Amino acid sequence: MTTTITLPYAKRTLPNGLDVIVHEDRRVPIVAVNLWYHVGSKNERRGRTGFAHLFEHLMFEGSEHYNGGYFLPLQQAGALLNGSTNSDRTNYWEVVPTSALELALWMESDRMGYLLPALTRERFETQRGVVLNERRQNYENRPYGMALMALSAALFPPDHPYHWLTIGDAEDLRAMEFEDVRSFFRTYYHPANASLALAGDIDTERGFELAETYFGDIPAGEKPSSVHADASVAREVRLVLEDRVELPRVYLAWHSPAMFAEGDAEGDLLADLLANGKTSRLYRTLVYDKRMALDVSAYQHSREIGSFFLLASTAAPGQSLTEIAALIDERIQQLADEGPLGEEMERGLAQAEAHFMYRLQTVGGFGGKSDQLNAYNVFRGDPDFFGHDLGRYRRATRESVRATARKYLAFDRRVLLSIVPRGQAALALPGSEPVSVS
Amino acid sequence: MITRVDRSRLPALGPDPPFRFPEIAHHTLANGLKVRTVEHSGVPVVTFVMQIDGGLGADPAAREGLAAITADMLDEGTGSLSAIDVSDALARIGAEYDVEVGADATIFNLTTLARFAGRGAKLLSEMLFAPSMRDADFERVRQLRLDRLRQLTDLPPAVAERAFLRLLYPSHPYGHLAIGTEGALRAVTREEVVQFHAGTLVPSRAMLVVVGALSHVDLVTIASDAFGGWTGDRQMFAAPRTAADVAVDMGSSPRLTVVPRDGAAQSELRLGHLSARRDTPDYPALLVMNAILGGQFVSRLNMKLREQKAFTYGVRTGFDWRRGIGPFAVQTSVHTAATAESISDTLTEMSDLRGQRPATAEELSVAQASLTRGYPRNFEIAQQVARSVGQLALFNLPDSYFEEFVQKVNAVTAADVTRVAQTYLDPSRVIALVVGDRKATEDSLTQLGFAEMHVLPPSG
Repeated sequence: MTTTITLPYAKRTLPNGLDVIVHEDRRVPIVAVNLWYHVGSKNERRGRTGFAHLFEHLMFEGSEHYNGGYFLPLQQAGALLNGSTNSDRTNYWEVVPTSALELALWMESDRMGYLLPALTRERFETQRGVVLNERRQNYENRPYGMALMALSAALFPPDHPYHWLTIGDAEDLRAMEFEDVRSFFRTYYHPANASLALAGDIDTERGFELAETYFGDIPAGEKPSSVHADASVAREVRLVLEDRVELPRVYLAWHSPAMFAEGDAEGDLLADLLANGKTSRLYRTLVYDKRMALDVSAYQHSREIGSFFLLASTAAPGQSLTEIAALIDERIQQLADEGPLGEEMERGLAQAEAHFMYRLQTVGGFGGKSDQLNAYNVFRGDPDFFGHDLGRYRRATRESVRATARKYLAFDRRVLLSIVPRGQAALALPGSEPVSVS
Repeated sequence: MITRVDRSRLPALGPDPPFRFPEIAHHTLANGLKVRTVEHSGVPVVTFVMQIDGGLGADPAAREGLAAITADMLDEGTGSLSAIDVSDALARIGAEYDVEVGADATIFNLTTLARFAGRGAKLLSEMLFAPSMRDADFERVRQLRLDRLRQLTDLPPAVAERAFLRLLYPSHPYGHLAIGTEGALRAVTREEVVQFHAGTLVPSRAMLVVVGALSHVDLVTIASDAFGGWTGDRQMFAAPRTAADVAVDMGSSPRLTVVPRDGAAQSELRLGHLSARRDTPDYPALLVMNAILGGQFVSRLNMKLREQKAFTYGVRTGFDWRRGIGPFAVQTSVHTAATAESISDTLTEMSDLRGQRPATAEELSVAQASLTRGYPRNFEIAQQVARSVGQLALFNLPDSYFEEFVQKVNAVTAADVTRVAQTYLDPSRVIALVVGDRKATEDSLTQLGFAEMHVLPPSG
């Protein structure tokens, strides 16, 4: 027995190119306003990394007709709000009491249409400083915090937009020019490159009417051309990074199918059956039975241009990364040869279905219904993808999971990164090259 | 014909939508277990919250971490099920299971699809009340917790939390993290865990909240079928003490402490002191005061340290509400070079709100609005509702509490804010903790006017 899970909606495109999606859910008197711009760090270039995210900060500093901090009027109206940038998109959202819906639309449309007149060099400089602090707090001053930077740099060639992380290089951030803000805004922040989702206590027709009122007169822009880039790893790359950590950790990374491409859902299922929960193959072996590791995790990092599959495990005190990596390889080989068991597939599907259901519990915020509708619309051009998305997991078979493991998790095309306590490079996998990130 | 927007002013807000908290039905099972049910439609999901009085505050002296390791042992096997089997059974119903060991209570959460509600309840009941507590599992779990404790020494916020609690509560059961201390974890025995379990997981200390897309009758029937047979024998084991009743030593800790972290890119800061109990009648005024000072993005502190000076990615203040006296604290992570100035700015802001620069009418209205207008969104998800109902029991609040909240916050005046700032904030008692580069900050820190600077090792 399965549960039918749907996410009903209506969509229209305004004459200026803005996609508007409305989903009604009248249980709680709140509305989620969720706005995506199809721009992220993948639209940056070498030497200018971190710009898309710094720009997101500037979007909260005021616009022509409300020339002050973005938070004040909205918090005063009871809104919860935030924004985020990743490699592929930038999103902004407010969850407002129904009574403050128009205020949120006014504010979002004002910064979409009229940001530049309010932008000053001083605001730019302050936010540059804030972002440098964000980088120190979340990367430089955090154990293992530089791992993804080192892995991305090794997986993707220097000109590939996934070579760098969204936070950017500190040097690039310091070198950023205020003048670059203008062209970035004109290129990416306009209706044709955006998608607006309204979810919650709102009538569908009223939603479209309000969207037209607030966003209808913002001039259309030109849809930016999409970014294409290829990346592959032709051998096994072994790296070591010394860090302020107590215990060594090994990361294994492979290129994997792009978001929604064939094999992407299988990547999620593989991650689950390898490392999610005590029943997973690697947890059971490394942590439960042999007690060689403190933890193990796996993740199919799905992205627009190309994904990577990431495994990581922290050694228990006195245990060797080499032996941990050898056991991981053994289990991967087993999966590539024999595929998962029937019961592992059942369990994986049960969890996937439940998680789809749990995501429907909230209208707003990161990952809520409004955010999902925009994700489908921006990445698939069609918000009606909820059923298809879940269907990918329902259609996966033992054979398709085995084939994905065999095709993508190859031992001779991957990056292995050892993070070890300072001064203990000998704890890394043999043959690892020192790598420096800053 | 579509009207175009008037950009000369912000649109007016509509009337605040009325907020009704759903009905909370009270039940008591034959074994004395208190059950609360709430019907919550929309998504076919059911959440169980089992709240057990005690929490980390019930840890005996020299056994810090006992409540947490006991809670951790409960998904390690029951009856014929091994730890692996339990994990498998949870996964098969797509359940999310987690445990939170708080200061005054331990809270077990299980959320599953409504069609699996009966199976989920039965599994939870077996896990909680008939855990296997095998030796081998205990040794493995203990070692994992010791290793995790060691890893926490890498993590500045965790190092700061740990040291700060010790400074706030010297020799008090609230003065440690749930995970405990290395010495206590090494000393604890499986028998002590078994006894602590027997003394705490008893119907008289428990409350079960069930929220989901079913009727009250169905929800309580599921609860009764799964939990009705549970009996705890309190005669055998004494119930652990309650931390809220233990006297607190308010003034013996040093005022300025540094935990050295050479070459750290930032300083992790904690500033605060013990301040208020959750049952204070000033609770609504304290929430408003906190919002103005540092509880939200547009607060005085965040605007100064982030938006004006770019010292930090963000700064927040807050009360850590407990049954006993809890701290008011500022937490942030700042650029190393800005460490001392961030501390003095923070003390100035605390002090100014006490009278020098009282809350303005605008600040008051922003704070009240941000606490009240968006209030309904706190009850959107079944788990939020269940946790909220649990809070009512934990802090002895009436069922009408949530519906009265908005009115009480809106009744707070600017004079109330000044008064509670004067009563509950005291810059001269603030304990300041810095986890950061000692060499780079020492000179400026010693000029802040604290009598002396103490140094603590990161492992505590």
